[in-house]
Amino acid sequence: MALQNPTPSEYIQHHLTNLTYGYHPDNGWSFAHGAQEASEMGFMAIHVDTMAWSLGLGILFCWLFRIGANAAHSGVPTGVLNFVELMVEFVDKSVKETFHGTSNLIAPLALTICCWIFLMNLMDLVPVDLVPYLFMAAGVEYMKIVPTTDVNATLGMSIGVFLLIVFYSIKIKGFSGFVGELTLQPFGKWMIPFNFLLEGVGLIAKPISLALRLFGNLYAGELIFILIALLPFYLQWFLSVPWAIFHILVIVLQAFIFMMLTIVYLSMAHEHH
Amino acid sequence: MNLNLTLIGQLIAFTIFVVFCMKYVWPPISGALADRQKKIAEGLDAADKAARDLERAKSQIEDELKQARTQVTELLEQANKRSSQIVEEAQEKARLEAEKIMTSAQAQIAQDAAQARESLRTDVAKLAVAGAEKVLGASVDQAAHKKLLAQLAKEL
Repeated sequence: MALQNPTPSEYIQHHLTNLTYGYHPDNGWSFAHGAQEASEMGFMAIHVDTMAWSLGLGILFCWLFRIGANAAHSGVPTGVLNFVELMVEFVDKSVKETFHGTSNLIAPLALTICCWIFLMNLMDLVPVDLVPYLFMAAGVEYMKIVPTTDVNATLGMSIGVFLLIVFYSIKIKGFSGFVGELTLQPFGKWMIPFNFLLEGVGLIAKPISLALRLFGNLYAGELIFILIALLPFYLQWFLSVPWAIFHILVIVLQAFIFMMLTIVYLSMAHEHH
Repeated sequence: MNLNLTLIGQLIAFTIFVVFCMKYVWPPISGALADRQKKIAEGLDAADKAARDLERAKSQIEDELKQARTQVTELLEQANKRSSQIVEEAQEKARLEAEKIMTSAQAQIAQDAAQARESLRTDVAKLAVAGAEKVLGASVDQAAHKKLLAQLAKEL
């Protein structure tokens, strides 16, 4: 159902709707036609476009870095290896500056986060209409190609980080240590409920803020690209080029922030207070 | 904007990518980087060592040159001394030879002169005797006048 001469709000609505496959109370398992049906599906639905693009980009990352890893040697590096080593060294340096323990997980985790988020953010620079129209021509109604503008994607990652925070807190400090940290500070044992409220909010705020920061930045950026696309064509380049150039900074910065905060949270989980 | 199964899907995908990176990407690359670091450090060490060796070799060469130079001067001096010694010796020898030749020549001369004088003397004695015979008109008795003649020859 391609939109014929959409109103601006229809156009924006269309660009912000994911291709959703799920269980609809009336239609059973099917693709949702419109945001209304998608929200009626509730939790039992999946954003096919988000999943496909993020998986594709993740596989691209793995493939690229696997080439680098296969080519890795101690001689003079060339080609892909140069780039891969550059990234690895950059991430390794960031991790070593912040995290002072030994861990085989944190550095690869940070590398994956940085590169994957960067690649997903990078899709934001693809012209907003290009891919949706191509897919529409092929009969696919909705196509949102920037996975990080889907809160599911960012929250999925930040929940992964959150689980690691909990895991390492318990592993390093023991279960009682972790619970003690949540309940016995900052005010001592007579204020346990209040302490728990404070620390619990602090703990939960970590993944939520990680996810929403990334999502919010990219969603807003995407939205502005869409709004610019509504202008007459002779004005578009005038606004979209500066915004795209500025957005290059946002893309890299958001990937970097997500990575750095992950490292910081995990190093906090490793430390005794 | 709906939270749904995508969340779980993303979590699983994230886990898979992280595990992949941890198992197959990070170890070889960081290993290669560490190896290279070690190699470069070794290379730099070797370069340092080579530079030090070169410095040492240079100073050694200089020392040896200096030594060789002094040796050469010494040798030259010795040779000079030796040559002048040889010349002196030769001179001495030549002088001695010359003296020897001179003395032998002088001896010869003296001998020759003595011989000549002797023969002259006998000749004079003979002449004197002959003269005397002519003057006296008789022969002089050789035997009788032998003593006289010898004395005469001696006086000449």
